[in-house]
Amino acid sequence: MRAIRSILLAGVAAATFAGAVNAETLRWGGARDIFSLDPYSYGDSYTISFLNHVYEGLVRYNGDLQIEPALAESWEVISPDTWRFKLRQGVKFHNGADLTADDVLASLARVSHATSPLRGNLPAYKSSAKVDDYTLDITLTGPYPLLLNDLTNIHIFDADWLKDNNSELPTDVSGGVEGYATFNANGTGPFKVIERVPDSKTTLEVHPGWWDDAQHGITRIEFTPVASAATRVAALLSGEIDFTEGAPVQDIGRLEAAPGVTVLERADLRTIILGFQRRDTLHDGRANPFNDLRVRQAVAHAIDLDLIKARVMRGKSQVAGTIVAPQIPGWTPELDVPVPFDLARAQSLIKEAGVEGTEVTLVCTNPGVVSEEEICNALISMLTRAGLKPALDIGPGAVSAPKRSGGVADLYLIGWANEPMLDSYSILLQVIRSKSETGGVFNWGGWSYPEIDALIDAASTEMDREKRLALQTQALQLVKDDIVMHPLHMQPIAWATSAKVESVVQQADNKVRHWLTRMK
Amino acid sequence: MIVFLIKRLGNAALVMLAVAALAFCIFRFAGDPVELMVNEQATQSDRDALRERLGLNRPLVGQFVHFITNAAQGDFGMSYRNGQDVMGLIAERFPATIELVIVATLISLLVGIPMGVITAIHRGKWYSELLQLISIIGVSLPSFVVGILLILVFAVTLGILPAFGRGEVMRFGWWSTGLLTPSGRAAILLPAMALSLYQITLVMRLVRAEMMEVLRSDFVKFARARGVPAWRIQYRHALRNCLMPVVTMTAMNIGSLIAFALVTETVFQWPGMGLLFIQAVTYVDIPVMAAYLVIVSLIFVTLNTLVDIAYAVIDPRLRDQNH
Repeated sequence: MRAIRSILLAGVAAATFAGAVNAETLRWGGARDIFSLDPYSYGDSYTISFLNHVYEGLVRYNGDLQIEPALAESWEVISPDTWRFKLRQGVKFHNGADLTADDVLASLARVSHATSPLRGNLPAYKSSAKVDDYTLDITLTGPYPLLLNDLTNIHIFDADWLKDNNSELPTDVSGGVEGYATFNANGTGPFKVIERVPDSKTTLEVHPGWWDDAQHGITRIEFTPVASAATRVAALLSGEIDFTEGAPVQDIGRLEAAPGVTVLERADLRTIILGFQRRDTLHDGRANPFNDLRVRQAVAHAIDLDLIKARVMRGKSQVAGTIVAPQIPGWTPELDVPVPFDLARAQSLIKEAGVEGTEVTLVCTNPGVVSEEEICNALISMLTRAGLKPALDIGPGAVSAPKRSGGVADLYLIGWANEPMLDSYSILLQVIRSKSETGGVFNWGGWSYPEIDALIDAASTEMDREKRLALQTQALQLVKDDIVMHPLHMQPIAWATSAKVESVVQQADNKVRHWLTRMK
Repeated sequence: MIVFLIKRLGNAALVMLAVAALAFCIFRFAGDPVELMVNEQATQSDRDALRERLGLNRPLVGQFVHFITNAAQGDFGMSYRNGQDVMGLIAERFPATIELVIVATLISLLVGIPMGVITAIHRGKWYSELLQLISIIGVSLPSFVVGILLILVFAVTLGILPAFGRGEVMRFGWWSTGLLTPSGRAAILLPAMALSLYQITLVMRLVRAEMMEVLRSDFVKFARARGVPAWRIQYRHALRNCLMPVVTMTAMNIGSLIAFALVTETVFQWPGMGLLFIQAVTYVDIPVMAAYLVIVSLIFVTLNTLVDIAYAVIDPRLRDQNH
């Protein structure tokens, strides 16, 4: 009898315990694992956005992608190249230490170190100095308007923790020594890391001492990567996960039909853009037809963007008229007017330019952006009808990337989300500008427009936001007028939640922010 | 015998060297890891500096010698992707893969042997024909399809087994096992079933062929004439005589199951070596790719060499120089 009673009691206790835990445990099935607990270890936005639950920056994006104070309470520009930040007081790290200016200095030194893969995220940084315990100055290489945007992704470590664990320098994979911060974390964020088993599970628990008002009601997040899309869908349908940020487009109908499952869809920030070879000759030495504006116009008129949206993207993409998404500063409605589909005009432009039947190669990646293979096949048949003779060269990223960056591709696709600064300056500097010491890394076509470069360089030091954005809009207009590149669409993103989740905040940057999530 | 041993070990070493060379060549052309490692905003000079630090600009021969020297000492460097020691990463995943392979092998024996016996004894009956048909389907379905079907039936429709993961694991030093917890045992069933399907068919066909052979032999006829019950002849005397080749084949196939596990592990998010390898390929994580290829071939070569040596011990003819 006693035995039976104790079993019953244990059962009851287990049931209540499970109930209490489950009510606030969010089981998150990710499309892949994070790489490391160290935010400065690998240039990967997915890892960094996950670690935003654990670590915080001086400033952050709110639910509307606006920058708001986080660990810094206020800031001012005290001279053209120096910014002064006032830190929030009473902020506690997960290990109980207080946040002070020393922590920020140590973190900035770590991320800007020569071996840090993420130093590109803080391009204008020169040095920083402590004023008092809660004040510091950051000195830049010159006037630079986008420091706050950059700082949203620079996570702040505890200086003593770094020092005690011999992790003041970033982990350098060529050095052959594992870093403590790869397996351990100590931030100021809304959640702290309890356990991490790579590729299996990363468990977070709420940080009760978080400085901000916690409204999420989540006590625990169990993050499990499920790389196979079909398995992820099955896990959501069978109730093994409550949330995924990777709902496959082809299964959305099925998920929506399942009881309790909610699918959230929207267009991504990432714009898919067609690029042209612009060197004097094609890579095999023939004359380059794409240096003729008429040929680029013909390509633009030959591509039926609405058809690609309807057939390839199942109506879920958003047709683009300019190379940046509407959420990106610098975008204007006047810019975002797609080039109309006009096959007759495309054919006559090709004839006029005398390049009928010219063989060109379109280089694509599979897997690449959403439905890249289908997009590229559609482009091939559309360009063939216009009178060119395009061939498709498609391969895995590791093979196609060197072809694109090495100038072998005559035509290529690139997806650009303007991460992490969320400003059109990102694409203008990295993709559109002529190759230089600091810019044009992704200018794979090898073009050079001194007029556009001058606008970009002027924007890089313009501290007045309105004036700067006007310069960038002007540059985007020139890109559009001369068809430097041809935008196709913003691809769709889809998240899904189980009945346990009341609401999640889904923004166009496709980043999960569970401190804004509400559970039922 | 000593000469034979030295020859076999020399052969094994040569094969390993060839595999290392192949692996090295493949991943030299797998792509450029640097583009994936740095952030979109890194400048060209940052990228070049990283490439230099990783030694990707060094001459090929120098890189190969460096790789072989380190690999021979068990040092494969650090993963580009997650900054962990490669040997540590693989040691962490090794138990998961081995457990999966062992459970799959057990399932294939427990299911395959009775099926083989039944189809051999009841030749021509409708149920043994049906079993044969099912086994053909089993061997021709790709394993990712089998995996997804199992998930659909057991996880989504019936809701009795988990769709992914390894459940709770217990740790003993560097070894981790899921077999000691209820959730771990539930989690291993579906992937092990998916992985064993091909092996079941193989075992069944082998047992069936051997069984039919043995049932025709004199000692079976003699036993039958003596009036020994049929089940006793079949399961006790005949079956025992068929098991030798089954055991040999099963042992030899453990290597290929480890290699096959790659697909199964991906479908079920089973945190083993195969999943690690697939991810390494995606991110051009050269050190992990190289280590995986070398270690899996080491397992293959070791198994083969052991079997060769065991055969030589049993059968002196194989040792003969002139043969």
